[in-house]
Amino acid sequence: MFHPVVIIRRIPGIDFMGLHRLGFALSALLTLGSIVLFLVQGLNYGIDFSGGTLIEVRTPGPADLARMRGTLDGLGLGEVSLQGFGGPDDVLIRVARQPGDDKAQMQAVAKVKAALPPELDYRRTEVVGPKVGGELIQAGVIATVLALVAIALYVWLRFEWPFGVGAMLSTLHDTITTVGLFSLLQIEFNLTTLAAILTIAGYSVNDTVVIYDRMRETLRKYKTMDFRALINKSLNETLSRTILTVSTVALAVLSLLIFGGEVLRGFSIAMLWGIVVGTYSSLFIAAPILYYIRPRRASRAKEGEAPPAETQRVS
Amino acid sequence: MLYFPKWLVTLILAICLAGVALTIPNLFAQQTVERWPGFLPKKQVSLGLDLRGGSYLLYEVDMRSVLTERLNNILDGLRDGFRTARIGYTGLAAEGDHVAFTLREPERIEEARAIVKKLDPDLDMTAGAAGAVTLKFNDVALQRVEQQIVDQSIEIVRRRIDETGTKEPTIQREGADRIVLELPGVEDPEFVKRILGKTAKMTFQLVDENAATADKSHLPPGDEVLPLKDGHSPPGAMIVVQKRVMVSGDTLTDAQATFDQYGAPAVNFKFDTVGARRFGDTTKSNVGKRFAIVLDNAVISAPVIREAILGGQGIITGSFTSESANELALQLRAGALPAPLVALEERTVGPDLGADSIHAGALASIVAVILVVAFMLVFYGLFGFFADIALMFNLCLMIASLSLLGATLTLPGIAGIALTLGMAVDANVLIYERIREELRGGRSLISSLQAGFERAFGTIFDSHLTTLVAGFLMFFLGSGPVKGFAVTLSIGVITSLFSAILITRLQIVSWLRRTKPKAIPI
Repeated sequence: MFHPVVIIRRIPGIDFMGLHRLGFALSALLTLGSIVLFLVQGLNYGIDFSGGTLIEVRTPGPADLARMRGTLDGLGLGEVSLQGFGGPDDVLIRVARQPGDDKAQMQAVAKVKAALPPELDYRRTEVVGPKVGGELIQAGVIATVLALVAIALYVWLRFEWPFGVGAMLSTLHDTITTVGLFSLLQIEFNLTTLAAILTIAGYSVNDTVVIYDRMRETLRKYKTMDFRALINKSLNETLSRTILTVSTVALAVLSLLIFGGEVLRGFSIAMLWGIVVGTYSSLFIAAPILYYIRPRRASRAKEGEAPPAETQRVS
Repeated sequence: MLYFPKWLVTLILAICLAGVALTIPNLFAQQTVERWPGFLPKKQVSLGLDLRGGSYLLYEVDMRSVLTERLNNILDGLRDGFRTARIGYTGLAAEGDHVAFTLREPERIEEARAIVKKLDPDLDMTAGAAGAVTLKFNDVALQRVEQQIVDQSIEIVRRRIDETGTKEPTIQREGADRIVLELPGVEDPEFVKRILGKTAKMTFQLVDENAATADKSHLPPGDEVLPLKDGHSPPGAMIVVQKRVMVSGDTLTDAQATFDQYGAPAVNFKFDTVGARRFGDTTKSNVGKRFAIVLDNAVISAPVIREAILGGQGIITGSFTSESANELALQLRAGALPAPLVALEERTVGPDLGADSIHAGALASIVAVILVVAFMLVFYGLFGFFADIALMFNLCLMIASLSLLGATLTLPGIAGIALTLGMAVDANVLIYERIREELRGGRSLISSLQAGFERAFGTIFDSHLTTLVAGFLMFFLGSGPVKGFAVTLSIGVITSLFSAILITRLQIVSWLRRTKPKAIPI
């Protein structure tokens, strides 16, 4: 009926462990770079977090950004930024957070609307007061930290603690570098981006778990195998699956990036990066790290699965 | 693993069928679905405001002003009480959330305590050195008051919104002191914001003609100075009125916008019997004097009482435009808010953008499905086809679950659907790769299939659960769009477990039985 295309016919023999120092160095560099970028350049917070006003308008003809900017600058609302958004007749107006309380933000919108010509179509208006913005940041940070801890705990419970540490480190690496990417490119960081980061945390550990699962199995099967070879074997055996799965998710995310519209752009970029870096970190951080913090090899019986063959024979 | 008991087959088929049946209403317009006969499923996925267009408003009930008002009443009460009991005090003032004063004779503390207790039993009294006293509301009372005020506010907000004729508004409490309004179809929330922007507390008080407005320090006890905003007086004008309320606005039964005899916009009001009697009595004994109509601590009109007003109705004239007359009439009809509302957040999406978003989201999802389906066909052939069938049922099950749960679909939610479709086949990939491996390892066809499903299951379970953990966290800690995403992501993870494992397996098993193949095309 169909003839499937088999990309990896024989299990490859890539020496992942030989590359792991390079991977560690690269990841350390990426992580440090992200932290430095975050501290120096910061993030381009959307109004969800920074508070302020965002208005998306559609003009009847191509938008005259310069004239609109002139009008709005005269209002004394502080920093007002205008940018094209999608088509030539779509304009995104961002008004910085107004000094004062939540009421001041609401008044700014009224001023902007009064100053702009009446024939504009207001597609979207968002006003976030300083109070809510602060709370959203807090909730976001808490959610991310909890996600990392919960994932580490889960992996620890299902496997052993070294696996938990490995999963947490690689997931942490993925989230930090995603934030770094957003700082580097100054893409707007908003609530949907945060959702993407949490999803990345959940997804990137997915890969890690699959590889760990295989390592655990191999550990049971080959009790005396050199640890280095064992990691390599597990990674190579799961490589085909890794590539195929990443591809399907990447396809879905790519179609979101291309067809999902402006609103989802930040989300899609974050997800795409997360998928790529999540796969990389599973191969080059999560797995090789177990070379350094090794799980015990004698404690398989407590895993709740079939007891080792020796004990079976005795009984 | 390859053995399917009859009941399981029936169950799987029933779930698939139910999934498809519950998805179907979503393919039609709401009006069409409503005309269907009763036994057909009618529930549709409700669209979020970002997709259907509308306004989301988040308000906070300003408890501070309620507290300040109550503390001020306590100040007045204490002054009266101490005067009657002849207790000397200094420095009586409200500071932040408490009242402080110092007794001249500290030994009379118990007398003071009795007065305080009588005034308001919810007050905690702390006595310091040298007669210093602080009064504070106890936490239980504060919480009870807050609960009450917020409940009342929600009720009033609902009545005001209903008066505006907004269809299907959602008004809910969020957290301790916040109110969320979701108004589908409202493109410009300015009117709603104005309507909710005032507490519209109205009282009728007598004007104290004898007191000079300029001399605030020598105000007679029982008087207060209020700004006069009647439309004729210069800005900044003040007027002295008696604090005692003749009649308060909560005795109004109706209010309508109208025009006065000069054709200027005005507001017509009607009292209930109690209010009418009180208003009649007071006007009867004060003919020739002025009374003040006080709205939110400003006098909006101060007419002279020419004769007793006995009919229980009246008219407020002043500085109205026809819009503001309408708004005030609406607010008076719906009742006064017990506390001011502070707008914290506003999000409005126009219907065009909503439609564009649906379009973009749907297109992206369709393209994602096509790509994933094609991918699986290319790399797994017939087994890829089985996975694709399972994927379609998965999509139906997701939409069906969303419809059943009454969950709201947002744009990030659509992204969640597209994403889970990409992730869903992961389970298939894991199983198929495992089967390939077992075949390479020299196992027989059947035992390879068996081992593939068995061994991959633990891995699939673990890897899905971590995504579910992230989903739950997003749901409980996230807001708005993040929640919408979390819902579809979590549902998608669960349905994909079902579809990838059970639906795919069922197909493979029945294919095996039908064709009895010697080799599998994988």
